[in-house]
Amino acid sequence: MAYDKFTVLKSTAVPMPIENVDTDQIIPARFLKATERKGFGDNLFRDWRYNSDGSPKKDFILNNPVYSGKILAGGKNFGSGSSREHAAWAIYDYGFRCVVSSFFADIFKNNSLNIGLLPVQVSAEFLDKIFKAIEADPKTEIEVNLPQQKITIIATGENESFEINGYKKENMINGYDDIDYLQAMKDDIQKFAGQSIY
Amino acid sequence: MPTTLFDKVWDSHVVRRISSGPDVLFIDRHFIHEVTSPVAFLGLENRKLQVMYPGKTFATADHNTPTINQHLPVKDPLSANQLKALEMNSKKYGISHWGLGHARNGIVHVIGPENGITQPGMTIVCGDSHTSTHGAFGAIAFGIGTSEVEMVLSSQCIMQPKPKKMRITVNGKLGKGVTPKDVILYIISKLTAAGATGYFVEYAGEVFENMSMEGRMTVCNMSIEMGARGGIIAPDETTFTYLKGRELAPKGEAWDKALAYWKTLKTDDGATFDVEHNFKASDIEPMITYGTNPGMGLGISQHIPTAEQGSGKATYEKSLDYMGFHQEDEMLGKKVDYVFIGSCTNGRIEDFRAFASIVKGRKKADNVTVWMVPGSHIVEQQIKDEGILDILQEAGFELRQPGCSACLAMNDDKVPAGKYAVSTSNRNFEGRQGPGARTMLASPLVAAAAAVTGVVTDPRELIKD
Ligand code: SF4
Repeated sequence: MAYDKFTVLKSTAVPMPIENVDTDQIIPARFLKATERKGFGDNLFRDWRYNSDGSPKKDFILNNPVYSGKILAGGKNFGSGSSREHAAWAIYDYGFRCVVSSFFADIFKNNSLNIGLLPVQVSAEFLDKIFKAIEADPKTEIEVNLPQQKITIIATGENESFEINGYKKENMINGYDDIDYLQAMKDDIQKFAGQSIY
Repeated sequence: MPTTLFDKVWDSHVVRRISSGPDVLFIDRHFIHEVTSPVAFLGLENRKLQVMYPGKTFATADHNTPTINQHLPVKDPLSANQLKALEMNSKKYGISHWGLGHARNGIVHVIGPENGITQPGMTIVCGDSHTSTHGAFGAIAFGIGTSEVEMVLSSQCIMQPKPKKMRITVNGKLGKGVTPKDVILYIISKLTAAGATGYFVEYAGEVFENMSMEGRMTVCNMSIEMGARGGIIAPDETTFTYLKGRELAPKGEAWDKALAYWKTLKTDDGATFDVEHNFKASDIEPMITYGTNPGMGLGISQHIPTAEQGSGKATYEKSLDYMGFHQEDEMLGKKVDYVFIGSCTNGRIEDFRAFASIVKGRKKADNVTVWMVPGSHIVEQQIKDEGILDILQEAGFELRQPGCSACLAMNDDKVPAGKYAVSTSNRNFEGRQGPGARTMLASPLVAAAAAVTGVVTDPRELIKD
């Protein structure tokens, strides 16, 4: 599925300084019953966001109108747990385009890159600076520059560079995905398959 | 150059290396289930793509299937819709489909091995993170997302950066009442829930060499719970004996040829890993978790640790708060409302044998609800054939029908809010077993001890010498 191209994103951010946010929190299993990729944003962080009667939990950050934006800043080990790509869909569908954390679980990171949600891994110190900056001013803006691989807190000018492999970076900038790439190398795959013992 | 088992298998599957990018990896076996596949099939249709090798993909229904009255139509319309989609998609593209009611149906990571679909030296993927289970056979097996399911369907490949390598060695002999589940819960408690992120783990040493295939699967299954992409154990005689004669394992000459190759699949002396960890079997006791990630586990006789100072303190306190536990609480004697034995971690015949060994001659505690869910119909049949069902029924337990059940509570098997469950599954996340449910992960022996006493109990006290 093609997604929006990603070059430079300037936005306010929603802070969630909780560690080990797992995919069961991001999107609980009982909301995985769809056969289409639609509407997952409604159930993003469902059990943290809503009471069992469906009313919003006042103290949850997404229910606080002071915080908004296309960047989600999460604590260490973000996205651990299941392989459900629905977690990345839900975050994307809600309106985020980038997740910043000091550490990501592998499968979540892969899934995000595959659907056009940029995971930006920063140092624990820099993540802390982001949380502090938002705490001081919820309207503080953050710039994520993918071509330059740099993230900046605009108000203070503090910045850090981040890693992403060259191939994935090209894909994100152009809105391509791996399926396009693999389709173009079918002959090689066929040759390879011919030699397989399985 | 001395090479690791992981490198041998990975490198022999690379179709293309992209500089400063991922490897294009050929996939030998692909499992699909009803939850993570429908959107992948939609993707194929939108792009007008075909399934390249339908014979290499296997479909089973497990994640949201009911575990009683499977002969009746599925009540939940959304679940029924997903099951239907899996059936239709499999039919349309010529994929083998073991749906609800099929004699070989069961949890994807149980049926793969028990039918000989899983074999040493393969690359195996599935849209489920516990695909790491299959690493017990010396295969590279890991969970993938739905976009990747679409890749495998359309090109039999996925694109992956090669993970780093970790070896975890456990030597010595396991004590009484200490099972493979305790070994892996112990390792995760030492390494933390993110301690192996970015790595592929090889398990080595006497403890794994002496372990049954079922036990090895339990260990590899939970590799993902410390962040590892997967776990792998070198195939040996135990592996070959397990596989020989299974439905889809190679036969005759093909078996001999495969066997000769499988015997080369081990880490050479002198091969190096990015990280090595060593543990002693004698340090491990029956384990139980007290928090909301699988790294928060301890020996069953111990007390819940106090929070360490620092950034993790708030998360730690939030976790204990969710569980209704306190720092320094003793785990033994804590009240239990539900017991779940099942899942791809501990839903195999050996697990039910272990469970029955404790309940034999005892009675189910009145205050506990027990869900016993076999991993597959084949396991269910074994339970009956071996007389285990009689032991269980005599003690007041009922056997349900196979599926993932309360492991992720997508069907009706949900633990109510605030209730405590001792569970043989793999995740104790908030709400994993139902909104507000409180999960303590443990082995089948610890689960059985809780089922007959109604509280967290050291199974060693109930084992007859
Ligand atoms: S039993 Fe649990 S972990 Fe295993 S495949 Fe089913 S849902 Fe996943």
